Amino acid sequence: MKKYNTLLAVPYFLWLLFFVLAPVVLVVGYSFFDQSGHFTLANYAEYFGSGKYLLMTFNSVWYAFLITLITLLLSYPTAYFLTKLKHKDLWLLLIILPTWINLLLKAYAFIGIFGVHGGLNSFLGFFGILPKQLLFTDFSFLIVAVYIQLPFMIIPLFNALEELPPSFIAASKDLGASSTQTFFKVIFPLSLNGVKSGIQAVFIPSLSLFMLTRLIGGNRVITLGTAIEEHFMVTQNWGKGATIGVVLIIAMVIVMLFTGEKKAGGK
Amino acid sequence: MKKLRSLLIGICLIIGLLFLGTVWLERSTGMSDAKVLNIYNWGDYIDPKLITKFEKQTGYKVNYETFDSNEAMLTKIKQGGTSYDIAVPSDYMIQKMKKEHLLLKLDHSKLPNLKNIDPQFMDLAFDRHNEYSVPYFWGTLGIIYNDKFYQASQFKTWNDLWDPQLKNKIMFIDGAREFMGIGLASMQRSLNSKNDAELDQAYNKLKALTPNAKAIVSDEIKTYMANEESSVAVTFSGEAADMMGKNSHLHYVIPNGGTNLWFDNLVIPKTAKNKQGAYEFINFMLDPKNAAQNTEYIGYSTPNKAALKYLPKAITSNKEFYPSAARIKQMEIYEDLGPKYLEKYNDLFLELKMYRN
Amino acid sequence: MQQTRSKWADLYLILVFIFLYLPIFYLVWYSFNAGDTMNSFTGFSLRHFSELFSDTRLVIILLNTFLLAFLSALIATVIGTFGALFIYYLKKRRHRNTLLSLNNILIVSPDVTIGASFLILFITLGSIFSGFSLGFWTVLLAHVSFSIPIVVLMILPKLQEMNDSMITAGYDLGANNRQILKDIILPYLSPGIIAGYFMAFTYSLDDFAVTFFVTGNGFTTLSVEIYSRARRGVSLEINALSTLVFLFALVLVVGYYYISKDNQPRSKKKKRGLLR
Repeated sequence: MKKYNTLLAVPYFLWLLFFVLAPVVLVVGYSFFDQSGHFTLANYAEYFGSGKYLLMTFNSVWYAFLITLITLLLSYPTAYFLTKLKHKDLWLLLIILPTWINLLLKAYAFIGIFGVHGGLNSFLGFFGILPKQLLFTDFSFLIVAVYIQLPFMIIPLFNALEELPPSFIAASKDLGASSTQTFFKVIFPLSLNGVKSGIQAVFIPSLSLFMLTRLIGGNRVITLGTAIEEHFMVTQNWGKGATIGVVLIIAMVIVMLFTGEKKAGGK
Repeated sequence: MKKLRSLLIGICLIIGLLFLGTVWLERSTGMSDAKVLNIYNWGDYIDPKLITKFEKQTGYKVNYETFDSNEAMLTKIKQGGTSYDIAVPSDYMIQKMKKEHLLLKLDHSKLPNLKNIDPQFMDLAFDRHNEYSVPYFWGTLGIIYNDKFYQASQFKTWNDLWDPQLKNKIMFIDGAREFMGIGLASMQRSLNSKNDAELDQAYNKLKALTPNAKAIVSDEIKTYMANEESSVAVTFSGEAADMMGKNSHLHYVIPNGGTNLWFDNLVIPKTAKNKQGAYEFINFMLDPKNAAQNTEYIGYSTPNKAALKYLPKAITSNKEFYPSAARIKQMEIYEDLGPKYLEKYNDLFLELKMYRN
Repeated sequence: MQQTRSKWADLYLILVFIFLYLPIFYLVWYSFNAGDTMNSFTGFSLRHFSELFSDTRLVIILLNTFLLAFLSALIATVIGTFGALFIYYLKKRRHRNTLLSLNNILIVSPDVTIGASFLILFITLGSIFSGFSLGFWTVLLAHVSFSIPIVVLMILPKLQEMNDSMITAGYDLGANNRQILKDIILPYLSPGIIAGYFMAFTYSLDDFAVTFFVTGNGFTTLSVEIYSRARRGVSLEINALSTLVFLFALVLVVGYYYISKDNQPRSKKKKRGLLR
């Protein structure tokens, strides 16, 4: 199997070489140069030496954590209940479908929905709740971010939960376990691979969100994504932007270490 | 396997259909073998009917590609791999592109319609003698407010924005030059200041303005003002014109004292392949009737003096969008600050955003 | 199993679906607006649709966008599947983790970084080959590239759950590598592969920054067009376009589901492959 497999994985290696390693070398390289093309460590010194960037890093990690946590909490029951539906594959496709509409447009729709005169406030108005400022708050920012990430969490969870042999659950029940016990002792541990892959698919990209922090958050929170955007596009100091890129890659490796396989589970 | 196979067949079928569809549509627009003119412009920044008219008149096929910021466009043109015949950068960006030798020197004899441009918009500091660029649209930076909540008299000068009553009310456009510019203009300093003491002073003054900032946003400011999420904002006249078209309670004012005067301009990048076509296109857009038609579609202010008479009086007599020559004299065009000060402006702005009072 | 599904579960799912579809319906609703904005609905009209159909350029962009998404996701899925298999069969855990970290780099890198470095990469490669220019092929390569890691991420957990005794049994019965792959592994992985395909498809449709950097010569996708329209304001014509995309996708998804359903006996669905 192994040899046969290596042959088939050749395109994957070409990809790793040209589209992963080469860009990484490029990004790491850029991070050691200043704008006039001289070798420097100043980019790293500034990153780790200024409160500004450390605060941004903290913000990024904190909000990515919140987004991942809320997404996971919302997704797990969704994925679990979905596996019990009759036409579950169809419903799963319907979960993905909203992601095919352009992100910017959906953000505009949320602006309309969360606005002071928008849909949600007039809906709350029926219950006598006065219009509230919802936009430019953590609340609306987190909701929209979670909205965007939901499908990326639900799908791996669904795949993990779907393959659970019903006999395991039946056996657990037969042995007198309560539903909660069954869940925590049987279902959840068996779906752990799906949870990990969901966290990787949500947490890592959430670290560098930038558009939503401006559109929905009104730039009230500044994350690393904002800074990267500024360095690459506005001031065009690619060295500084690349430095943050390197930091993000390192952060990702750390996340992988935490969520990666601990024991030799693959074989 | 069956499932995967049927899916694979389905996908291939769709890919085939989509491919045939594109080919068929591109054929139906005709002239697939005609000479191509590549235009690189902001999205939706020309009346599409004018492109059709130009294609019919000249026989060129126009490829219209879009960008969303000056810097993004610069990166693309600088890195190469593409050849655009026309691009539409703003003032300070022309200076930068000139420095990097990315622009073609214009042969004015090929642009007879250049005479239609208002002389006060010719020969500007960012491009003396219009060696490289022809103005396309222009405008200012000002304040837009909703008359249900405010009156014009509340926004006479930039300093009025510091009014404590405006706490958490104002929307600002997300740009370092603009935000720092408010501070500098309020102290009667140059918007292109490279004086560290002045910049620090502006920074300290702006710190007191941050509590009044409801949000710092970008293009979506139009939506926010139109749906009355916010009732006062600092924005460009072009964006303001869009908002006013959507909500009749909105009004645009230019505060007394200095403000930014901006220009979007047509240029020919050095890498252009169809230079002849590019000249024809610029000349076509400078034609008074075409310029007027484009102005009505876009809604920004046109620098084409001859076009004004084809436009409704209500537009051309509006002093906020066509201010007097004396007023324009007080305004300032952004200059390319160079990397050091560009970064300084952006760092100060970033800190203002991060450490709000 | 059926009795474990309570009313609360149904209600929960309904709420999740409302949440997911709320902004979509909002956009669709305003595409029928007689007015020009998403602020107030002034009356029913189809004029934004007729505007859209007379705008051939936009329709071409739409077709190109989907062509690109279907194709790039397909290629990425094929490459990613074999990549995942390779990672899975690595002997040392440390090697697996290293490779997986490399795999994930493109997910963690912000779009502008990827876009800028791909652009430089293409220009460098392009200077070697004559006649090279940015356009459909560079965008396709870029989209395949940033979609591969998500495919791998979707497939690996399935592989880790796979029961290796199935494969051993297969060999014992005299199957060759190709048969093992075709008749045991791929069928078992198919939910992961399909999920990976759809994720890759989504990534491709959503991407703005990378496409922007590596495109050229008139090739544009919907995302690039929409983002660059933001300065002038996105018109309801784009809403009308989204409505059509949404309806088309809905028909496609439901249609696909029922066709694939008819193709296989329902009771055998769980144990596909092995029993064939």
